Amino acid sequence: MNKPWFLWIPLAVVAFIGGLAIYGLAVPKDDQVHSAMIGKKLPAFSLPAATAGVPALSSADMADGKPRLLNIFASWCLPCKAEAPHLETLKAAGVEIDAIAVRDKPEDVAAFLAEFGNPFRRIGSDTEMAVQLKLGSSGVPETYVIGGDGTILFQHIGDIRAEHVPMLIEKVNAAK
Amino acid sequence: MRAWVPILLMLAAPAFAQGSGPTPALANRQLADPAQEAEAMRLMHSLRCIQCQGQSIADSDAAMAETMRAEVRQQIAAGQKPQDIRSWMIDRYGEWVSFEPDIKGSGLLLWIAPFLIFFAAIWLARGLFRRRT
Repeated sequence: MNKPWFLWIPLAVVAFIGGLAIYGLAVPKDDQVHSAMIGKKLPAFSLPAATAGVPALSSADMADGKPRLLNIFASWCLPCKAEAPHLETLKAAGVEIDAIAVRDKPEDVAAFLAEFGNPFRRIGSDTEMAVQLKLGSSGVPETYVIGGDGTILFQHIGDIRAEHVPMLIEKVNAAK
Repeated sequence: MRAWVPILLMLAAPAFAQGSGPTPALANRQLADPAQEAEAMRLMHSLRCIQCQGQSIADSDAAMAETMRAEVRQQIAAGQKPQDIRSWMIDRYGEWVSFEPDIKGSGLLLWIAPFLIFFAAIWLARGLFRRRT
């Protein structure tokens, strides 16, 4: 006896859902919210200096023809302390790094720099985290590769570890 | 001095270990105009917090949610429409940030899937309702 073809539909649906479950297990989970600003120009901003002795940061400062890194950090953020030596390595490799300190106080930023060193050319103070939202950033720390014309080229979420350093140098050099 | 030791031990050290800096002014302060505040509140309930991802920014105490609330209130106070603020957030964080997906792209499938499943079920079940002869 020939069974009608549509009796297979429930089995097909169950197989499809099972397949989805297996696919979900096989693909590594990505909880990070990536910025939708990659490939776009930096939003216009002008931030005051985060602490005495380090110049302030505006979007115009970052569109001077040289590609660089933009590091988002805060003195109260633990992983920011962990990535400090790797930022020093990047600086030693000739990479220019600007920074935005979020929700920070001048004296705390000064203490942070005194303890962990200052690899930054400029540090803007974003007390209201307003520039962070404009960048589509999802937290601290975070590092962006900014092209010489001020285009956002790449977003690294989380602290920079030793294994990320060559990749970041390459991305900055590729933007030259 | 010794009497102080138990009291000092009762203080939870981790509570002081990590702050998150000063809170933006409008994060936890309502707008003066009740109509605007209600509009902002409605929008805040339908935007997703970037940091604590299952919660709306209205429900969350995360630093990121505070910032997003302040941004929403600021833009509402400046006369922006809620739909425009939602688009502003989506431009920066993608569709993900909104709890109310647009009726287009993969969002379209979400909206019409219940109807598709309903009609497919009726079609599959139609034989059951046919009078047996």
